[in-house]
Amino acid sequence: MSDSRESIPSSTEIDPKTTAPAGSGRSGISRRGFLKGAGLTAAGTALLDGVQGFTREAAAETTHGVTELGPGPVQVKLHVNGVEHTVEIEPRTTLAEALRMHLGMTGTKIACDRGVCSGCTVWLDKMPVNSCMTLAIDAVGHNVTTIEGLSSSDRMHPLQAAFVKHDALQCGFCTPGMVMSCAALLERNPNPSEHDVRHAVSGNLCRCGTYPKIFAATLDAAGTTRTA
Amino acid sequence: MNRFSMADCTTVDAALSQLKDGAVVKAGGVDLLDRMKDGIEEPTRLVNIRNVAELRGIRETDHGLTIGPLTTLAEISDHPLIRAQYQILSDACGHAATPHIRNMATVGGNLLQRVQCWYYRSADFQCIRKGKDLCFAFDGLNQYHAIMEYATCPSVAPSSAAVALLGLNGSVELSSAKRGKRTVGIKELYVVPDANPTKFTVIEPDELITAIVIPKPAPGTRSAYQKYGEKESFDWAIADAGVVLEMDGDICRRAVIVMGAASPVVRRSPQAEAALAGKTINEETARAAGKVAVEGATPLSMNAYKLDLFPVAVYRTILLAAGQRDRDPSAAG
Ligand SMILES: Cc1cc2nc3c(=O)[nH]c(=O)nc-3n(C[C@H](O)[C@H](O)[C@H](O)COP(=O)(O)OP(=O)(O)OC[C@H]3O[C@@H](n4cnc5c(N)ncnc54)[C@H](O)[C@@H]3O)c2cc1C
Ligand code: FES
Ligand code: FES
Repeated sequence: MSDSRESIPSSTEIDPKTTAPAGSGRSGISRRGFLKGAGLTAAGTALLDGVQGFTREAAAETTHGVTELGPGPVQVKLHVNGVEHTVEIEPRTTLAEALRMHLGMTGTKIACDRGVCSGCTVWLDKMPVNSCMTLAIDAVGHNVTTIEGLSSSDRMHPLQAAFVKHDALQCGFCTPGMVMSCAALLERNPNPSEHDVRHAVSGNLCRCGTYPKIFAATLDAAGTTRTA
Repeated sequence: MNRFSMADCTTVDAALSQLKDGAVVKAGGVDLLDRMKDGIEEPTRLVNIRNVAELRGIRETDHGLTIGPLTTLAEISDHPLIRAQYQILSDACGHAATPHIRNMATVGGNLLQRVQCWYYRSADFQCIRKGKDLCFAFDGLNQYHAIMEYATCPSVAPSSAAVALLGLNGSVELSSAKRGKRTVGIKELYVVPDANPTKFTVIEPDELITAIVIPKPAPGTRSAYQKYGEKESFDWAIADAGVVLEMDGDICRRAVIVMGAASPVVRRSPQAEAALAGKTINEETARAAGKVAVEGATPLSMNAYKLDLFPVAVYRTILLAAGQRDRDPSAAG
């Protein structure tokens, strides 16, 4: 969890020297265009690197099937829970970090940050994935659904209500990921067996051992869930 | 994770043109980001091939199957033709990792993932696989390590897909902008640490896997893969077995037996294969093949249990392939 914080880009933290390595020519169209016009000199590069905010502009160019991104912040559009958000992220920013730190959606948890616990489960076009091992850049052009988007307005998703009814959580840290995994199962298979539920959460780690109640809650919710 | 620039590519040619100056390929990113987060690698330039549509998909050809390297483990394990005729591959891809990882992990990346040895995976240990001169596993904690063919480093082959593809006599097509294409068998893809501890595979920095090719199995072929772990899911195998049987009625004409987490690179067991050739498959012959699979093995200080586990993995997977036994409920995945 600690190292994920390193990548929160803020204007004070960005080191222009590392965000736009001198002479690399990799940081995008405006820079490249400028350099072509200005003539590439070491002094010119240093001056350009010092221009505050330069690397914070959309640094992307597509030529012959290649889009250049970063290493500094790039402006991208993320579709989360049906809403389009414009965020400035570095290529190294994970989807989990973008959600939590750039969009303030802290329902998605980061626990292992290595793909082992599925606490960070979100849907990418309805497919459950680990957002800690997905770069935010790779979510561009896809529909992301998080725990915040599962319920509509004030009404809980039937699965969330079933989790409450069955007391299917203790500390609650794994719960958003569990709910997203089980809800994805119900989308695919409205009438799952217990085996199906076990399989769906076989990557979700609960250190409190709430599994039996999660199985019960999901099977209970299956009766009431309507698939959209 | 260190900062990096990214060339986000949409075509093979674009990706190949970007593979220079130390740039590293990223497919699903599951293994690469893991290594970067742990600080054991710090590439400053990634070539993202995740959006190269032409590298994705499963195609039946006259000669068998061609699989795009970006096809996910989930897509492979769910594919009806693979489930019907290449069971070992759907088993392996369907029991690797976790459901969500299988949605993200590509088969190309799975083949090229680095070993899971905890010394290799820790930035605190500068081991022989990172260009230094020591392997910490020989005198250290080695319960998950190799029991065979490990003179230099006993880390074990991590890829479930590689076990299946070796069983099916698969190969990879490698492409480079400068040198064009070449085809390499799954066995030849891997560099044993004794030959070069830091190389891992024969793939050059400017090469991409652009296809995985599997010949059509002979008539009467049956196959299976099972993975045994410390946990029921989440984890890499501590022993895994892939079995391909070419049957002539009740008689096994030819057997291919592959062992995963026994040695630094995936290996076939000539002893187990010989034990089955020309025999009827039953409990007795399957157990005999399992027994000889660990012949000559030399366990390390903490992994002698693998001498019991591998024979069980091999024998139960032979019976599963032959249709004489259900999937082992104590197998992982
Ligand atoms: C909790 C957990 C459990 C796991 N359990 C298992 C298991 O039981 N069995 C198993 O097999 N795996 C297991 N894995 C590993 C996982 O399957 C791999 O990390 C994954 O398949 C890697 O694929 P990727 O597409 O994400 O690869 P990446 O991380 O994108 O790439 C991996 C490597 O391959 C290179 N690369 C990728 N594609 C190409 C290409 N087309 N051409 C050239 N180079 C390329 C990259 O440069 C990189 O070095 C597990 C992972 C986790 C997190
Ligand atoms: S936080 Fe992503 S899998 Fe654990
Ligand atoms: S409720 Fe505590 S980790 Fe699952």
